[in-house]
Amino acid sequence: MLDKNCFHCGAECESKTIVFDDKSFCCNGCKTVYEILNENDLSCYYDFEQSPGAIPEEMKSKYAYLDNEQIIKNLYDFIDDEVSIITFYIPHIHCSSCIWILENLDRLHKGIVSGIVNFPKKEIRITFNNSNISLRQVVELLSSIGYEPYLSLDDTSISKRKTDRTLIYKLGVAGFAFGNIMLLSFPEYFQPNEFWLERYKPIFRILIFIMIIPVVFYSANEYFISAYKGLKHRILNIDVPIALGISVLFLRSAVEIIFNLGQGYFDSLAGFVFFLLLGKIFQQQTYSFLSFERDYKSYFPIAVTKIEKDQTEANISIYDIKEGDRLLIRNEELIPVDGILINGNTQIDYSFVTGESLPVSKKPGDKLFAGGKQLSGAIEMEVLQTVSQSYLTQLWSNDVFAKKQQYTIKTLTDSISKRFTIIVLLIAFLAGVFWYFKDASMIANVVTAVLIVACPCALALSAPFALGNMLRIFGKQKFYLKNVTVIEDLSNIDKIIFDKTGTITTNKTNISYDGISLTDDEKRLVRNLLRESNHPLSKMLYEYLKKSEKTEVTNFKEIFGKGIQGEVGNIKIKIGSESFVKGSSSNTLQTEVFIKINDDIKGNYIFENAYRDGIALIFNKLDKDYKLGVLSGDNEGEKEYLETILPKTATLIFNQKPEDKLVYIKQQQENAKKVLMIGDGLNDAGALAQSNVGIVVSDNTNVFSPACDGIIDATKFTMLPKFIKLSKSTLKIVKASFILSFLYNIIGMLFAVTGNLTPIVAAILMPVSSISIVIFVTITTNYIAKRIIFV
Amino acid sequence: MNIVFFMIIVSLFIAIIFFILFLKSVKSGQYDDLYTPSVRMLFEDEFVEKKEDNTKESKSINPNN
Repeated sequence: MLDKNCFHCGAECESKTIVFDDKSFCCNGCKTVYEILNENDLSCYYDFEQSPGAIPEEMKSKYAYLDNEQIIKNLYDFIDDEVSIITFYIPHIHCSSCIWILENLDRLHKGIVSGIVNFPKKEIRITFNNSNISLRQVVELLSSIGYEPYLSLDDTSISKRKTDRTLIYKLGVAGFAFGNIMLLSFPEYFQPNEFWLERYKPIFRILIFIMIIPVVFYSANEYFISAYKGLKHRILNIDVPIALGISVLFLRSAVEIIFNLGQGYFDSLAGFVFFLLLGKIFQQQTYSFLSFERDYKSYFPIAVTKIEKDQTEANISIYDIKEGDRLLIRNEELIPVDGILINGNTQIDYSFVTGESLPVSKKPGDKLFAGGKQLSGAIEMEVLQTVSQSYLTQLWSNDVFAKKQQYTIKTLTDSISKRFTIIVLLIAFLAGVFWYFKDASMIANVVTAVLIVACPCALALSAPFALGNMLRIFGKQKFYLKNVTVIEDLSNIDKIIFDKTGTITTNKTNISYDGISLTDDEKRLVRNLLRESNHPLSKMLYEYLKKSEKTEVTNFKEIFGKGIQGEVGNIKIKIGSESFVKGSSSNTLQTEVFIKINDDIKGNYIFENAYRDGIALIFNKLDKDYKLGVLSGDNEGEKEYLETILPKTATLIFNQKPEDKLVYIKQQQENAKKVLMIGDGLNDAGALAQSNVGIVVSDNTNVFSPACDGIIDATKFTMLPKFIKLSKSTLKIVKASFILSFLYNIIGMLFAVTGNLTPIVAAILMPVSSISIVIFVTITTNYIAKRIIFV
Repeated sequence: MNIVFFMIIVSLFIAIIFFILFLKSVKSGQYDDLYTPSVRMLFEDEFVEKKEDNTKESKSINPNN
């Protein structure tokens, strides 16, 4: 049975189908993978999915640098004389077959001990024997079966991300203590002064006391630390009243138990800490397949090939590149530094940096900027700037990227807690004064009771649960936010700045034709000529023109940076730039290709980035409430069109360097504007970091995006106005739930100032208030999400 | 009524054992990847079956991603 599609990768087999073992393959690479798998009894790989494989990349000496111990020593998770353990990020992992094949790697090479896949993270952890296989061989083995690991400069940084599980431990301790303390407290609530209880009371209380100690000193320690730091910076954050409440609860209960005055409030205390930590966990929604912290290091390679004076090649670490070095950049490799092209004509793809999908042609002597990807063949370049000094990467030396977390009042909860704390302390003081005159023995009782009920449990839970729930709702809509504070920031913005290329345009290219229309036969001739060329524009136009039969092309000639010419039959065809085809140039800013058949100039194909669907509608909707702006790194070629879709008040600025974008955002912020920046490429990284909220539009969330506060899937881009509206509504819900929690505080306060706050009242009031708040915010956030998103 | 005292100690003891087991399982990374093991579980048998007879009866497992 011969399929038209490749048995391994599923791609259409076009010209050179390879038939092997009764199956057709599109290329030798796919055939090889099949052979490898078949030989090792792994061919049921293909049963899990229809065509699960990827076309393997060509490698040769691509991974030669992995033989250099100095460069790779930081890549390992663990290494000793016998075994090494290493974790790779493999972007291609996408289906169950991938897990299967990668976990059976040990069948392909005896040096590999095991492979364990983490599917959501697209990672594999490989253990291998150093004596049987080298790291380079492991990587090449993976690449040869189509699972090329993604290795970047970021992997060599010494501090690898460790999963932090402290919060889970803390919650575990608090939950354990909460449940058991509650059980041990019940007898005293329900059968006070019972004869048998009097005998066992001491042992119950001792057990409770033992269990509360880890809760206060381990589970709750962060609140004390944060309160202390806040006070040091003269800020009353929400953790100050929490820490105050916890310590008063603990001290008073400890005194009661030690001097046998009562049973204390330890069950309320444990429950309180448990609920607080639960809220903390709930607002920590992480997306394992996304990262919000990436900088250029995640894009840049670990090593490059340097050409020494005596023409030998050596692999050196990116950081060791010096001015004047000669580098060899192979096909599909990234240019790590600024430099000058020495030999080889080339196409460079800057889509990582600018979002521009059309590659740029370069000829020897041209300047190359870091961040571009080499598309055709190998080139040599001379280094002008080191990595940290290059045009793109020096952006990261800006202060925005060095910003440490500051202790300022940022969130709504913190700003409310400031007043809250002062009022509570005032009430406690007044109650103390009142009881001093009435019954001085009650002072300690009442004052501590006031501080206990004032403990802002419900208040502290409102925001985490409301925002955390909204974060999940956004996540389901493919709008991924870094953390809950982004929702708050998003509700406060008043200016929205868009990047142009890649953000409001797609990475697809629209091709239109202008001139004397071509007949089908002429199109066939043009297409045949294009087939001979490797130029990206040729390839694009080739795909665009309809399929037709093949005809031999003679006298084919490609003049770099200009165009192609050749003869099909006896018809001469010229395709290329205006100056090449017409002999004169009109200096337009558009990307275009002219066609000349025999002696007639027929017309030109225009390549334009297509604007996203509904972009005008988004502008229109947002224009009502926000100031809009577009910052573009491009020339003014599309200014006229942009003006037609943008509202009149919008600002349009062109020719912006990455640094300029950052400075522009800063200026706006100095004018008391809160800016939302929407971008996509590395060149927006500065602006994204500087803005109050930086959101990246991503056509494929599996592909890297620069550091930001949120990532929005391109298909959901039109939902942006709704998302912003939803953030605003969420904040209203948080405010409403604050009012509700104040009501609980007032009720508790009435018990407290009258001296009636018994442990059982506290034990009922605390969970009731917390749980009702959680239910209230969950229901209301779900409701508004339904109303706003699905209308 | 000494039995109450005894029961409390025993129950707490059992609770603590489970609590320690929980902490251990968290530490060993059991909760870090909740998806892959569910797929991995289905593999082993198919491999053996496959070696014996060469039919294509195994169904494709299609995760959403």
